Amino acid sequence: MSDKQIGREIGQALGAHLTRRSLFALGGAAAVTGALAACGSNTGREPAATGGATGGASGTTLNQWYHQYGEAGTQQAVEKYAAAYKDATVKVSWKPGDYDQSTAASLLTDAGPDVFEYGNGPTIDMIKGGQVVDLTDLIGDTKSDFNPSILERMTYDGKTYAIPQVVDMQLLVYRKSMLDKAGITPPQTIDELIDAAKKLTQGNVKGLFLGNDGGAGLMGGPMLWSAGLDYLTKDNQFGFDDPRAATALGKLREMWDAKVLLLGAPKDWFDPSALTAGLTAMQFTGLWTFPDLKKGLGDDFGVMAWPALDGQGKASVPVGAYGSCVSAKSKDVEAAKKFVKWLWIDQTAYQLDFATAYGFHIPSRTSLIGQASTLTSGQAADAAKLATDVGHAQSPILWTPKCNTAFGDAMNRIVKEGADPAGEIAKVKTVADAELKRVLA
Amino acid sequence: MLSDPAFRNSLVTFLAFAVFIVPTTFVISLGAALLVARTRVMQSFFRSVFFLPTACSYVVAALVWKMSIFSGIRSGLANAVLGWFGADSIPWLSLADPPWYWLVIVTARLWLQVGFYMILFLAGIQRISPTLYEAAAIDGAEGWKVFRHITLPQLRATSTAVLLLLLINAFQAFDEFYNILSTFGTYPPYARPPLVYLYYTALGSGQDFGHGSAGAVILTLIIAIVAVVQGRILRLGDRGD
Repeated sequence: MSDKQIGREIGQALGAHLTRRSLFALGGAAAVTGALAACGSNTGREPAATGGATGGASGTTLNQWYHQYGEAGTQQAVEKYAAAYKDATVKVSWKPGDYDQSTAASLLTDAGPDVFEYGNGPTIDMIKGGQVVDLTDLIGDTKSDFNPSILERMTYDGKTYAIPQVVDMQLLVYRKSMLDKAGITPPQTIDELIDAAKKLTQGNVKGLFLGNDGGAGLMGGPMLWSAGLDYLTKDNQFGFDDPRAATALGKLREMWDAKVLLLGAPKDWFDPSALTAGLTAMQFTGLWTFPDLKKGLGDDFGVMAWPALDGQGKASVPVGAYGSCVSAKSKDVEAAKKFVKWLWIDQTAYQLDFATAYGFHIPSRTSLIGQASTLTSGQAADAAKLATDVGHAQSPILWTPKCNTAFGDAMNRIVKEGADPAGEIAKVKTVADAELKRVLA
Repeated sequence: MLSDPAFRNSLVTFLAFAVFIVPTTFVISLGAALLVARTRVMQSFFRSVFFLPTACSYVVAALVWKMSIFSGIRSGLANAVLGWFGADSIPWLSLADPPWYWLVIVTARLWLQVGFYMILFLAGIQRISPTLYEAAAIDGAEGWKVFRHITLPQLRATSTAVLLLLLINAFQAFDEFYNILSTFGTYPPYARPPLVYLYYTALGSGQDFGHGSAGAVILTLIIAIVAVVQGRILRLGDRGD
């Protein structure tokens, strides 16, 4: 069908005779709409003419991106820090929604940020793709002051690609009064934990809450660590092709079968409401819930690490941090690096304010933890000590998203469907080996 | 892409879903339309009540279903009802076996879409000329016979459109699956229709655009083939319907 025929058909369909003139009018309208749309496409970036084209320090504009923090006042705080920087104009963008995905995609375009935060530092694909720049020289002699496991997580091939902002952690929280009533002391091994959960499960109160999927999404890492293993070995080989890993992951299924796990809570593990509403006696959750826990339970809660499988294993708490990165596509990489150094290395007062004044986080600089008044007493102090003593970075840098999906699927089948752990681990190994080969090539 | 068991699995999931949801919605909405058409009192009230859920967002409905009706604790609506009969609470969305999550997904979708198709059927029913029914009554036909030989054939054009729309909707399954079943950053390896699978492959942290677009092409082909076959079978667009 030729264009003319199509035009005629459309004309007939519209029930009107389109003359050439009215077609032009339509085209004009379309052009105007396009221009309007262009006005609306706020990319958060200044037009190139006013951007870093001058190259002079005072005329530089830097775009800095954050994900949306839930705590009130955080946005105003980071805007205050940005305004205090004299060597460049820093524009803060506060990004709600799927921050990780949209930021990763924007790094491929010209509309991306100059400075941005990313969970546990940039991904291996960003580093391999040259999308982020090496920040090793910014750290200098402050290196020993940063939480070592976090800094290591943001380092690849001896180069550090992000500066840790604040440390977050997950840990096991329990209701003291419920444990006392059942005559239980905080469990030291996984088997003791299962026994305790059994005793604490009474009526509508369950013993333990590991997330609505029975811990399939959350507890894979801590279970491997409790057996003394890890996702990857020190020399970057698959780390849990081991019968002990099968035993450890099988323990989650044992808890599931014993019906001691809380399932289907209205709000998942990252919210304290299951504990405060008395649906569970113990819950694996995050440090960020402490202000709410305090409000709901007063002093009736205690904290502990995820216990070791047995004498050979290790107790652990997962720690993670948003790291500040610099995009390689920034118009002025040096100015961006300078700003990152200023804010996240030199301005310790701002770092302390950001970590403690709004929600409960741990400063990423060890020397600041002592000054964090929110972390000096009670359960928060215990938690901060756990993070320093037995903190374990959530997942290694070479554990790619694809590995993570394969592992999550395997965990679901083991925990929810009772699949054979050894067989599922072998399936994950196939995927992980291929991924390791890809990223290390 | 076709050698990926997870992708093949997602195709099976969604064919099974379509095979179930399309006829079920069809029958329920036709039944509701017949009942409402027969009602003489408060017809517009019932019409509005059944149609109202259509105005609700899939995301909102999914969250209501997940967090209040089918939450796993005793105070969830479904478990409270079970409690009256002395039954134990069921963690509806956490169990993989038996697959209670299908009950949650299917009821949410039925609640959302039955009203809309009921309105379409209702419009079709009201267009049928009363003289046909009068003639049938004179010939002594009633009940099921009238429905089988007059209402259903007269509704053919409407039925065809409804079936096509239902199928398209089933192919687009994403919102309620994603919002009901995804947990913090993960999605279980079952009940994963192709759009959810492709979301995690291409748009999620995977960012594997190559496999994502390959999957999208396969999906488009399947939808095109099904649409053509369905058009053939139902003789879509024939004159005289």
